[in-house]
Parts: sequence; C-alpha cells; structure tokens
Amino acid sequence: MVKVSKEINRKNRSGSIIRETTGDKVLLAFAYCFLWFALIITLYPLIYVVSASISDPVYVNSGQMWLIPKGITFEGYKRLLDNNEIWIGYRNTIIYTIGGTLVSLFITLTCGYALSKKVLPGKGAFMVYLLITMFFSGGLIPSFIWIKRFNMLDTIWAVIIPGAASVWNIIITRTYIQTSIPAELEEAAVIDGCSTFHTFLRIILPLSAPIIAVMALFAGVGRWNSYFQEMIYLTSRTKFPLQVFLREQLIVAQMMQNASKDGVISGEAAITMAEQAKIADIIKYAIMIVATLPIIIVYPLLQRFFVKGIMIGSVKG
Amino acid sequence: MYGVQIAFRNFVATKGFWNSQWVGLSHFIRFFKSYYFWTLIRNTVAISVYSLVLGFPLPIILALALNEIKNGKFKKITQTVTYAPYFISVVVMCGMIIAFLSPTTGIVNKMLGLFGIEPIAFLSNSSMFRSIYVLSGVWQNTGWGSIIYLAALSGVSMELHEAAIVEGASRLQRIIHINIPHIVPTMTILLILSAGGIMSVGHEKILLLQNALNGETSEVISTYVYKVGLVNAQYSFSTAVGLFNSVVNLILLAIVNLFAAKVGETSLW
Repeated sequence: MVKVSKEINRKNRSGSIIRETTGDKVLLAFAYCFLWFALIITLYPLIYVVSASISDPVYVNSGQMWLIPKGITFEGYKRLLDNNEIWIGYRNTIIYTIGGTLVSLFITLTCGYALSKKVLPGKGAFMVYLLITMFFSGGLIPSFIWIKRFNMLDTIWAVIIPGAASVWNIIITRTYIQTSIPAELEEAAVIDGCSTFHTFLRIILPLSAPIIAVMALFAGVGRWNSYFQEMIYLTSRTKFPLQVFLREQLIVAQMMQNASKDGVISGEAAITMAEQAKIADIIKYAIMIVATLPIIIVYPLLQRFFVKGIMIGSVKG
Repeated sequence: MYGVQIAFRNFVATKGFWNSQWVGLSHFIRFFKSYYFWTLIRNTVAISVYSLVLGFPLPIILALALNEIKNGKFKKITQTVTYAPYFISVVVMCGMIIAFLSPTTGIVNKMLGLFGIEPIAFLSNSSMFRSIYVLSGVWQNTGWGSIIYLAALSGVSMELHEAAIVEGASRLQRIIHINIPHIVPTMTILLILSAGGIMSVGHEKILLLQNALNGETSEVISTYVYKVGLVNAQYSFSTAVGLFNSVVNLILLAIVNLFAAKVGETSLW
C-alpha cells in the first residue's frame, strides 16, 4: 500500500499518470476562495481598528480612512495614558488575573488529581455532585445573595472565588492525568516512600505541564476579559478592573452619543454628554488596542497549546 | 444551589433563606402569565436557533477547506488570523460593533453610502438586532470552533485517502465519504450540547448592545433575570425565572441526547 502510494506521489509530481480532474481543481479553487474570504473578513475589522487608533478622528468619522492610517496622530493614546482610571483598571485587572488564575489552577489540579484516583472513597458521588452544578446552578440572584452574606461584596474575593472551580476543566484535567500519566509511575514513587502530597508535587505536576498551560490560558483569558461579575459585585471605582472602565468608555459613551444625536436627550445634559462623547470618540480605538494588547502579545506564544488543549477537552470525560 | 429555594419563597433579607415565607409555585405562575413570557421565549429561541443554523456548519466548512490546503504558509496565516477574534473581550467586541455600525460615523454606513444607501441606525432597529448579535458571534467564534474539527480530521489515516485515490475517487467524494464520516461523532456531541443550550442566551453581550429602541427583540430570559433581580431587586421572582430556564435546558439536553443515542451511536452519557 505504502509502496503504491509512493509511486503515485512520484508520478503525480512528474505530472503524468494520475492528474487532478477538473472537478478536483474546481473544488480546490472553492476551498481557496472560501479561505481567502474568511481571512479578509476576519482581518479587515482588526486592521481597521489599528489604523483608526492612530488616525485623525476627522478622517475616521467621515469615512475617508478606511484601511491605511490617515493624518497620523497619537492623540488617542496620549489621552489614554493621561487617564488615571485606565491605569487603576490595568493594575486591578493584572491582580485579578494572576490571583484568579492561581486559585483556579490550584483547585482544578488538586480536584482533578484526587478524582483521577480509582481508590478515592465516594468518587462516584463526588462526580455526580460536580456534574449537577455543571448543568444546574442556583442562578444569578442566589449567587449574589451568597456573596453578600459572606461579606465579599466589593472585595477581590468576589471576583476570584466564584467561578474559580470549573467542573469542565476539572474533568479534563482528571482525564489527562488518568490517560497520560502511567499509574505504575505513581506506584513506584509510593514504594520508594513518597507521600501522596509529594507524589502530587514531584511526579504529577511536572508531568502535567501541557494541561497546566492550557488551563492557565483559559483561566487567564477568561479573567482578563470578564466584566459582568466585576460590574455587579464591585462598587468602588478604585477596585474596578479594566473591562468595567472600558464598558463606560466604549459602550455607555457611544450609546449616549447616538442617543443625543437622535435627539432623545437634549438641553444641558446633551452638551456635557457631547463633550464626553467627543473625548470618547478620540480614544475609543486606542482603548480597544490597549485593552487587548497583553493578549495579542502572549497569543503567538500560546498558539501551539490551542490544539492540544482542545484535543484533551474533546476526549470524552 | 441551596439558595434556589428562594424561588419558592418570598425572600426577605433579614429573615434569610430558610425563614422567608413559603409561597410555592406562585412566582412561576406569575411569570407564565406575565405579558413578557412569550416575547422572552420567542426572542431567546430565535437568537439561539439563528446562531445554531449559522454557527454550527461554518466551523465545519472552514475546517474541511483548511484540511484540503497543503500550502503551509497560507494555511498557517489563515488559522492564526481566524482564531484571533476569539480572544477579544466582549466589551471590546461590542465597542467595535457600536463604532462600526454608528449611523453617523460608522464605517459600515460609509461603505453602504458608496452604493447610494442611506445611513441605517442598525442598533436602534429591533428587526436587525438578531442579525447583529449572531453575525458578530460568527465572526468571533468560527475560527476557534474549527480547531476541534481540524484536530479530528488530522486523525484520518493517509492510507484511506491513498486507497481512495487509487480507486479513482475525486476530492469531493473523498471529503464526503472519508472526512465527513470521521468528524460525525464530534459534530453530534457539539450539536447535543448546543441544542441543550437553546434556551440559554448569555446576558453579557446582549446587555452591552441593548438599548430602549431594540428591546423588543433583544430582551431574552437571562437579561430579564438580571434586570428584574438585580436592578429591581425582585429576588425571588427573578430566581424563579432563572430556575425555570435551567430546568427547561436540562430537559432539552436529555431529550436531544436520548434522540442522538437512538439514531446514531453517540451520546453524552
């Protein structure tokens, strides 16, 4: 079989015996067209935002700038750097992201490891308990009331603790440990006098590096990008993460701007709003770039983990 | 989850979960009879079904197309670019949508203007809300969604293709008879999961795109739960609505799963 295929390949390359039929060529052309379409349609908005962030808003708003930056100015970025709240947001987001990722990794790995053990007493019950929460949660209000009762409102804990344990991630981690770390290795360690804790630390953790990377990626990006939980649980502006400030700048300001132009809001309120909207107009594209920058930077480094992570995830738990 | 019981009580903060008055199903009945009930259900289902119809096949087509391409560099670039939008936060994404669709300054209207089309206030138009929501979702998630199919396709053995070539099978025949059957189990699992979620449309993105003018189609169950519960502080009623939603989801999931297990061999459990 392999021999035949080599022969085909060779002959194919020399272009004689088996040639691609017209139908095949048409199909391939379709595939290329589709991919070019996907590429352009995905890329265009991204390039537009980058170009708009360094162009004069006059050109951007009039539609004269549509691809290449026009009237290059860094006014948007300058204003952004002068904005104190953006820095506060940045600092808070970094703290929440690092803290949240660490807590979430700790829970995911320890639970995943424990559940991977066949000898764990009551394992079935634990799994059922976890799975129920996966499909069924108390909902928004009971969660909110609990957070309030634990006096976690407006603290970092309200951001980090809920959602720290993802059942899906725990199951993936468990499956990974079960399938790719041989049980014999662990047994050998135990015979050599390793305690459970040491086995986990010295044997399991180092061998789980790929899954740890994937879990850190998901937890980190999720925390960096999340806004809703922070918006409802945090009340002091000094604790707001970046995304909450972004929401004010990008969404609320623009909505108001549209509303004032539609004449829904008028009078003095409209004037102050128009003033705010003008600033928002200048910085909106810069703000999109700045908020996404850290992810853009780590993106190429993490890309090789995507497929691996998703593959492990697709293994039936 | 212990807190769910307030759906059956009149929750009063000072009395706590356990001591608030038990009112049975009255919150549920009030919701079923309310004026919003059918609007909410219709909006939620419409958005999900629309997302499913577009969002389910596109990643598969993308993966199949990528799989046919042998040109390393072009393939890599396309993959890198199409995965990228997945990492844009929902706030930035909605900021982009609002900026692009602005009737006065948005690029979309400027481009339509070239064809002599009058500016359209997309987000103030309730008939366009679903399309905006779904198409922007497709833009953001198609590339990422294709990864799982690409991974499955990489498991197709080359020998199978070679044998088919020797037998004179065309590219299209090989896709239909080799590649697609290979990814059917993955497709089934993902379809079951999304069918189970047909009654749950997340509130995060909708809340950012919503305004008074598009509320007619943009109000879904989850945004309603948020507004009634946290904004209007009707804790018990809102929890009841959320609980109703969860129960329906679970039932749907079980039904679709049962159906998939009967028809095909794949099921979740």
